[in-house]
This record gives sequence, C-alpha cells and structure tokens, in this order.
Amino acid sequence: MRNVWELFLTFAKIGVMTFGGGMAMLPILQREVVEKRRWATEEELSDYFAIGQCTPGIIAVNTATFVGQKQSGILGGILATIGVVFPSLVIITVLAGVISAFSHLAWVQQAFAGIRICVCVLIFNTVLKLIRKAVVDYKTFLIFLATALLSIFTDLSPVIFVLGAALCGIILKTLEARRS
Amino acid sequence: MILLRLFWEFLKVGLFSIGGGMATLPFLQEMGTATGWFTNGQLADMVAVSESTPGPIGVNMATYVGYTTGGIPGAVVATLGLITPSVVIILAIAVLLKSFRNNRYVEAAFYGLRPASAGLISAALVSLVMMAMLHVELFQETGRLLDLVDGKALILAAVLLVLTRWVKPTKKLHPILFILASAVAGVVFSLGG
Repeated sequence: MRNVWELFLTFAKIGVMTFGGGMAMLPILQREVVEKRRWATEEELSDYFAIGQCTPGIIAVNTATFVGQKQSGILGGILATIGVVFPSLVIITVLAGVISAFSHLAWVQQAFAGIRICVCVLIFNTVLKLIRKAVVDYKTFLIFLATALLSIFTDLSPVIFVLGAALCGIILKTLEARRS
Repeated sequence: MILLRLFWEFLKVGLFSIGGGMATLPFLQEMGTATGWFTNGQLADMVAVSESTPGPIGVNMATYVGYTTGGIPGAVVATLGLITPSVVIILAIAVLLKSFRNNRYVEAAFYGLRPASAGLISAALVSLVMMAMLHVELFQETGRLLDLVDGKALILAAVLLVLTRWVKPTKKLHPILFILASAVAGVVFSLGG
C-alpha cells in the first residue's frame, strides 16, 4: 500500500512540474523516476515515451500508466495516472472560476483577444514541428493535405479521418512491401 | 445526464486523439459545435490558460471544458473520460510490450496517422485564425477586403511569429511569457473592439 501511495505522490509532483506538452515532462521524469527512485531504466523510459506517443491519449498519462503498472500492477498504473492529472484538476478548476467571474470586464476581454492571437502563433509553431516529423514523402504529404482540406471544408468527424488515415497507412505499406 | 454525456464525449477524445495534447484540439472544436457547450472563442481562451498552467495541456483542456460545462463534477468526469482509454490500452500493451512496438501493422498505421493528425490540427488552426484575426461577418456585409483583416491583430501575430521563430534570444523563452505579453498588448491596443 505504501508503494502505491508513493506512486500517486510522485506523479502528482511530476504533474505540477510539467508545463506544456508531454515532451516537457521527459527531463522531470528522468530525474524523478530513473535517477531518484530507480523505478525504470533510461532505456525503459524512452520505450514508454515512444509508445506513449503512438498510442491514443495524452503522452503524460500514457507514461504514468506504464511506470505505475511496472511498479505495482494494475492498481499502480491507475494510481500513478490519477496522480499525474490531480494537480491539473485542482489548479484549472480554481482558475476557471476566477476567470469566469471577471470575464465581463472590457480589459479582460481585450487581454484575451491578444492572447487568442498568441495561441494561433503557438499552435502554428507546433503544427510546423509535427509536419516536419510526419510528412516524410509525397504520400504522407497527400494524406496531410487531404485531411486538412477535407476537415476545413466538410463537417466530417475527426474520428473518420483518424480511422481512414490508419487504414491508408496499412494499405500503402502493404503495397510497398509487395512491390519490393 | 450531462455528466454521462461529458464522460462519453471525452472518452472519444481520449480514444482517437493521437500525438500529444494539441491533438485533442480538433475533437474539442467538433464537440463545441455539436453540443453548444462552448464557443470557438471560449475554446481558444481555454487553450491559452491550459498552456500557461502546470500539468499536461490535454488534461488541462479537458478539465477546463468539463468545469465550464458541468462545474467541479464536470471537470472530474471529463478528465476521467479522457484518461480511461489510455489507461486501458497501456495496461494491455504493457503486457505485450515488445510485440507491439515491432508490429508491422502498428508501424504502418502510424505512417498514415501522423500526417493526418498534423492535418487535423492545421484545420483547427484555420478556424481559430478566422475567429481571432478576421472579421468574416463584417466583410460579408460590406464586401470590402480591408474590412476582412483586423490590422492590429495581424501586426501582433507577425511580431509574435518573428519572436518565436527567428529571433535567437527570444525563441527559446517559455510560451507563458508570450501569452502574458499578448494579454498586455491586447489591453494597450484595445484589441477585439
């Protein structure tokens, strides 16, 4: 039981210290999980991270589940995960209440008008990074372009694109394997 | 009943968004349109707050949307919905670790999934830009191209783009600094008026 509690606390601490996306978490995970507590080796952690990136869901959550499961089985996996999301729940809930109390003020609205522009630029930078990793040949470029255009000009659910793209990947790679 | 619906909607987000917190954005946009729980503008504000507070962005956004829709219980339920598919899938994979990573079909599926994910986020970005920087309605009314573009917004975007991409000393700064500076710029130049 003590071990499971420690998992929860450690991952809550990691949750507080993570700012931004899953990638920002890696150095903190290395310190807390590999160096301080020796719950995983460097290689294991990078394996977990790689799998976390290519399975559904949030990378931070996926990695927490992995480490927790390895330490204390299924219960450990669940508690490490609850630990990593716990600080977000508390902090965001408090902030959301405060923001909605002041949102009618003119200067708050102006501030958020500025912030929205910044958000656009930040997402643009993220998208460029993703494209550089994902678009490796003309086929992946076509998948990227088709998804973006269809998603802008139709009301199709993103779920359809995700399923379709996975299918495309499998078909394209199978054809490639057959040709060579 | 809204709690059950929230859980279900976020379960779908958790199951289908692949590759980091921003990948949940297109799904959240669709959710807002389909349910009327929040507008595109509110969503952009939630992204900003989620980027500027501790915790993974995806989890922060789920908590925020959940809170906006159903108070504190909503925040808890939305977050639980988001993480449930991850936990189930990872626990299954943890058992079959090696065979999953080297599976030919898994690799092939991700060859297609990665560009699609980038495409979906690009499309979400287009609609955010339309909301934050263009006056589409005013343009439809007057038909003048000058009315379409919000000049002040465009200048701010250009400055931010240069600072975050090309100016060496500012490029590596934390996003929260750019968000705060933009908030100040918004008030000083009375943006969004």
